[in-house]
Amino acid sequence: MPEMIINGLAVNFRSGETVLQAALAGGIHIPALCHHPGLGHFGSCRLCLVEILAGGRPGLAASCSLPASEDLVVETGTERVVRARRVVLGLLLARCPDAKPLLELAENLGAVKFTPRPGDPGCILCGRCVRACRAVGANVIGFAWRGRDRRVAVPFDQPPADCLGCRACEQVCPVNVIKVVEDRGRIRIFPWQSEIEMAYCRNCGAAIGPGVQAGRLQKRFPVEGPLSGLCPACRRRFQAALAGGLVIQPT
Amino acid sequence: MTGNEYTDIVKRHTSPNGRVLSILEEIQRKYRHLPEEALRAAAEELNLPLSQLYGVATFYTSFSLQPRGEHIIGVCHGTVCHVKGAARVTAELEKKLGVSEGGTTGDGKFTLESVKCLGCCSLAPVVSIDGSVHARVKPETVDELIKSAIPGGAPGD
Ligand code: FES
Repeated sequence: MPEMIINGLAVNFRSGETVLQAALAGGIHIPALCHHPGLGHFGSCRLCLVEILAGGRPGLAASCSLPASEDLVVETGTERVVRARRVVLGLLLARCPDAKPLLELAENLGAVKFTPRPGDPGCILCGRCVRACRAVGANVIGFAWRGRDRRVAVPFDQPPADCLGCRACEQVCPVNVIKVVEDRGRIRIFPWQSEIEMAYCRNCGAAIGPGVQAGRLQKRFPVEGPLSGLCPACRRRFQAALAGGLVIQPT
Repeated sequence: MTGNEYTDIVKRHTSPNGRVLSILEEIQRKYRHLPEEALRAAAEELNLPLSQLYGVATFYTSFSLQPRGEHIIGVCHGTVCHVKGAARVTAELEKKLGVSEGGTTGDGKFTLESVKCLGCCSLAPVVSIDGSVHARVKPETVDELIKSAIPGGAPGD
C-alpha cells in the first residue's frame, strides 16, 4: 500500500483516498465539519486545514479534499494550522454562537475569538443536509441566493410537498439547527416547515414511520395481503402465525 | 393553461447541455420575472429537482422572482464607480423615481437596481438602462439621461 507522511508518521492509504481519510484510518484526528463519511467531501467549512511541507504546493490545504499521494508530507498541528483554524472556527461561531459541537472544538483549540452576527439563523452552510437530501431524500432543499444572502432553502420558502420526512437532514447537521417536532401523528421539520403524516400499524397502532416514505417503500417492495400495513413487530408475529408455527404473545 | 405556455418555452430549447439558463432567460424576458408556476413547470418538464432550479434562479441577479419594471436602470457599484460617486447617483435616482434600490415604481415602469462592475471602469460612474451603458453620469443629469434613453419615459410623468 502506498504511504504518505502525516505528523512525521508513515500512514498507509488506498488510491483515491484523501488526506483526511488516510489520517482517520491511521488514527490521527483532524477536526472536520462539512465532511461526512457517507456523503463525501465538499470543502466548505475549512476546519480540516493541514500544512503541506513537501510533495505538494507548500501551504495550507483542506485535507478533506486533498488527494493523498505518495510523497506528500503534511502536519496537522503546526502553529500556522492552529492559527488558521482559530480564525475559521471564529467565523463559524459568529454564525452559530450556541452550537455545542463548535463550542467544544473552540474549547479544545483555545483562544478562539468571535462576535455573533445578530439575527443569524445559525447555519454554517456546510451543505451536509443538502447532500443528504440529494442522496437519500427527495432533493427538496438546496442552496439558494448568493454571497452573504446564501442559505439553505426550500423553493419559495414554502413547505416542500415532496419531503419524505426521512430526517436525513436533521441527522447529518453538525450544528443541530434542523429541528423535528412530533405532534399528534405528524412530524414537522424546521426550518423547512415540512409536515408529514405518520403511518401507523393497523394492528397495534404503533407509528411505523413517515407516511410518504412508507408508501414509497410499499411501492418498491410491495407487501400484500395479511402482512401489509404492519409494524415490524406485528409483522413478525403475523408471519409466525401464518407459518403455523409458534405464535408469540405480546409481552 | 399557463403551465403549457411555460412548457412550450422549455421544449423550444433542445440542447442536452446547458439549456437551463437559456430557458430561464427566455421566461425572464417574456414575463419580466420567473413566476413560481414557471419554475415548477420547467422543473417538471426538465425532470430536475425544483430546489436546484430555485438555486439557479436566486443565484443570478439577472433573474428575479418578483416582476420587474418595463425599464431596468442599473447603477454600477463596482469599485471605480463607487469611488466616483455611484452612491450619489443611486440616491438621486431613488428620489426621482420614488423607489429604493431594488424596487419597482408603482406603475411598473422602472426598476432601479445596483449592478456589479460592468467592465468599463474608465467611463465611471456608469449606469445601464435597458442594457445600454451610459458614461460619466452625474446626479444632476440623471433626469435628462432617463428622458433621452427612454422615449416618453420621464419619471413621475
Ligand atoms: S471538512 Fe474539509 S473543508 Fe470541511
